[in-house]
Amino acid sequence: MTSLIIILGVVLVLGILYMIFRVSNLVAIAKGGVVDEKSSTANKVNAALFIVFLVGSLILFFWYSITRFHEYTLPIASEHGKVTDKLFWITMWVTVAAFVIISIIMFVFIYQYQYKVGRKAKYFPDNHYLELAWTIIPAIVLAVLIFTGLRAWNDITGPASKDAEVIELVAQQFAWTARYPGVKDKALGKVNYKLIDNFGNEFGLDLTDKQSFDDFKSLELHLPVDQEILLKIRAKDVLHSVFLPHFRVKMDAVPGMPTQFKFKATKTTQEMRDETGNPNFNYELACTEICGRGHFSMKMPVVVEEQEAYDKWKASQEAWLKQNPDYLKKVPDALKEAAMIKAGMQKDPGVTVAEVKQ
Amino acid sequence: MATTDIHLHQDVHHHDDHEEHEHHEGNFWTTYIFSQDHKIIAKQFLITGIFWALLGGTLSVIFRLQLGFPDMNLDWLKPVLGGWITPEGKLDPEFYLALVTMHGTIMVFFVLTAGLSGTFSNFLIPLQIGARDMASGFMNMLSYWFFFISSVIMFVSLFLETGPAGGGWTVYPPLSALPQAIKGSGLGMTLWLVAMAFFIASSLLGSINYITTVINMRTKGMSFTRMPLTIWAFFFTAIIGVLSFPVLFAAALLLIFDRSFGTSFYLSDIYIGGEALAHDGGSPILFQHLFWFLGHPEVYIVLLPALGLSSEIIATNSRKPIFGYKAMIGSMLFIAILSFIVWAHHMFVTGMNPFLGSIFMLLTLIIAVPSAVKIFNYVTTLWKGNIHFTPGMLFSIGLVSFFLTGGITGIFLGNSAIDIQLHDTYFVVAHFHLVMGSASFFGMMAGVYHWFPKMFGRMMNPTLGYIHFWLTFVGVYMVFFPMHYIGIAGFPRRYYSWTNFETFNGFTDLNMLVSIAAILTLASQFIFLFNFFYSMFRGRLAPINPWDSTTLEWTTPRNPGHGNWVGEIPSVYRWPYDYSKPGAKEDYIPQHIPYSETPESNLPHENDLIKLESSNGSGAIVVEGDKH
Repeated sequence: MTSLIIILGVVLVLGILYMIFRVSNLVAIAKGGVVDEKSSTANKVNAALFIVFLVGSLILFFWYSITRFHEYTLPIASEHGKVTDKLFWITMWVTVAAFVIISIIMFVFIYQYQYKVGRKAKYFPDNHYLELAWTIIPAIVLAVLIFTGLRAWNDITGPASKDAEVIELVAQQFAWTARYPGVKDKALGKVNYKLIDNFGNEFGLDLTDKQSFDDFKSLELHLPVDQEILLKIRAKDVLHSVFLPHFRVKMDAVPGMPTQFKFKATKTTQEMRDETGNPNFNYELACTEICGRGHFSMKMPVVVEEQEAYDKWKASQEAWLKQNPDYLKKVPDALKEAAMIKAGMQKDPGVTVAEVKQ
Repeated sequence: MATTDIHLHQDVHHHDDHEEHEHHEGNFWTTYIFSQDHKIIAKQFLITGIFWALLGGTLSVIFRLQLGFPDMNLDWLKPVLGGWITPEGKLDPEFYLALVTMHGTIMVFFVLTAGLSGTFSNFLIPLQIGARDMASGFMNMLSYWFFFISSVIMFVSLFLETGPAGGGWTVYPPLSALPQAIKGSGLGMTLWLVAMAFFIASSLLGSINYITTVINMRTKGMSFTRMPLTIWAFFFTAIIGVLSFPVLFAAALLLIFDRSFGTSFYLSDIYIGGEALAHDGGSPILFQHLFWFLGHPEVYIVLLPALGLSSEIIATNSRKPIFGYKAMIGSMLFIAILSFIVWAHHMFVTGMNPFLGSIFMLLTLIIAVPSAVKIFNYVTTLWKGNIHFTPGMLFSIGLVSFFLTGGITGIFLGNSAIDIQLHDTYFVVAHFHLVMGSASFFGMMAGVYHWFPKMFGRMMNPTLGYIHFWLTFVGVYMVFFPMHYIGIAGFPRRYYSWTNFETFNGFTDLNMLVSIAAILTLASQFIFLFNFFYSMFRGRLAPINPWDSTTLEWTTPRNPGHGNWVGEIPSVYRWPYDYSKPGAKEDYIPQHIPYSETPESNLPHENDLIKLESSNGSGAIVVEGDKH
């Protein structure tokens, strides 16, 4: 019933609008048809509306940008983030200045040079000096922006230092998993996608590789503060993208092509909670490459802690092999004992870790 | 005017045209459906484009409902969307992705490529260069019907049980290659690829025709430096299309092989649905390179015609020559060339070699220079003009404004270091919707308002045009400007909802505003639709030259028949921008008026050209005639 009333109402309104349109048309014809359209009030109204639009939109733009600054800017929590954000804001100042100046000039011209009876437009087809000027000036400004950007880009994408903390992130529909090299050998074991199965070997760990024995899995991404981190990123099924908004980190996860991103976190979760005044603040990892139905829910909690707490956390984690003891049968016989020791499934019978490694 | 053998030949040819024309008249099928007349084909493209624009806009409003009003009960959409509304009255997340995908595909290809270029290249090239029709009317007809087949296939895919393609309009594999990954990658994706294959064929047939026509069929005196900027823009667009669309075809073909024949061009190391796939050695990045090799030039395929149309409209309505005619051509040429070597700026964070990123950043930011030149030239054209705000002019001004607003954010995104944070966020969405989506859409609207009198012999209602412009202009800014803030805050695009993340749970107010603005903007397009169809039949009869314009199309009869001009095609003696020339009686001198008739306004070097005009009878015709 209500929908019928709504439909009737809409039809009625449309009918009225149509009648108004017809009547105004007829009135215009009765008045003697179209006079000189150019000098009509419509031309003046349109010209004035551009000025209203210009003033209104600029006020709205500056008011919102200034009063809501903290709502749309994310605090920075990484070293390179300071650099890229600085570049961002330099570019912002340059472009906003250009934008405001050009907009004002354009809309003022539009208003000022609206049609007036008897005035003739200026025949001004060409001016080489002007054209040279506005080719060269943007070129110089852009060159400066390019070179500062290039330097930052080269630093960010340059090789990571040798003692960077290596962590592997594995993306799949629709979850992230982290794999840490164990505390014993500090190196990630080999993986092969053909070894992935549904029963536990979600990484495709190659258990013939000694380095895989103490690797452990985590569903939370723990990061040490002030220590270079090298994320090794891969995907199991489709494209995904690692996005750590507060750290200004983004890198696609590509099946068949491991990628990486190095960065240094500068604030622990606790420090960030203090800074933002939000006791529930948490860092998050999001997916930014369309990956299917659950794309929007592909989240991983991120915890940044002091080196000490981080080391403690790492030491407290069980090796993947210990959690999945069935896979011991995949370990070559000769390495079985070493594997059990390294995975923490068996007390170390007096041998040092260093010897196991060899 | 003296005639030569060749001229006679032209006359005979022209006579044939007429016979053909008369023969065709009365037959509905050959006049309106399988027409070879460029004007009818242009209208076919326009109407189909309008249909797609409405559909694409409606799809966007449906997903904006989800984003702006996440708690809304959408049960009332069930009669239309059926099973895509979950029992809880929510939009299905997978269908949300399908909506986003189809909105992008439809708008980029079907509306802003076929609807814009197809309409105005077809309509204006022969009329403005002084040709009776396209070089090949038959190919032109095929071009439309391939587009039509493509449209039908794409449309049908909307109704599949598994839904249309849902992997984003960029259809990156492996998502688009594996039906296990998303339902839309089943039959929906197959139809998408087939439709695109037809679309590419249509686009190539059209482009080859445009290029041939512009090179070979210009009328007497219409040298390249006397062509209106519209024609230059269509010409460059067609060249870009011919060079880039085949690459998309290759990309699509390899994707078809990967999907259906078990090859591994793009696939490798995949474990999905409980099994490791046999595909080995492919690279998803290869697809991205191939896709963006078309994808980036495509931006300019969409934008250049709009810029060409607005150049013409702004000059006409400012009553001034376009400032820097040669600089405008130069910047379009430069943009056209550069558009081929910037594609990887879409891929800075895909894992591509960072050194490549540096190179592409350099090239990308260079392209900002010719774009800036264009804006400055538009503004200078307005300076000291005598501006007449026709609806076409309003939309052209809107285009320049969007081109500026959306263009400067490109400087952020082209900078790879800044792009790390902004890539795939709403900042990108805001950027390209303004600079290519809205700017091109406004160019298309400007073109419709400006050339409607030539298309249908009647005027559109200007008042409704003003209302349409202001609602749309403000509406578009309300939709896309807030997205910059949302993007700077890091909100990723193609998200069904943001509530899973603490980081992205703000801005519900802004998202709601965007959605409301989107609904109002779409609603105001119905004002245009009414005006368009009403004026087609009941509009005021158009004068021959309603905007006091200089170009050749306004020398044709009010309703030009097949062949465009009754009698001889006019010759061209001057450039197309003789507006407000000092000394001239009127504030415009059409291109077909010889210098010998305007001694009062001729510049010194133009007086020298008078002698050539009189010898035109023999000399020039032979040259021009040989080309036929």
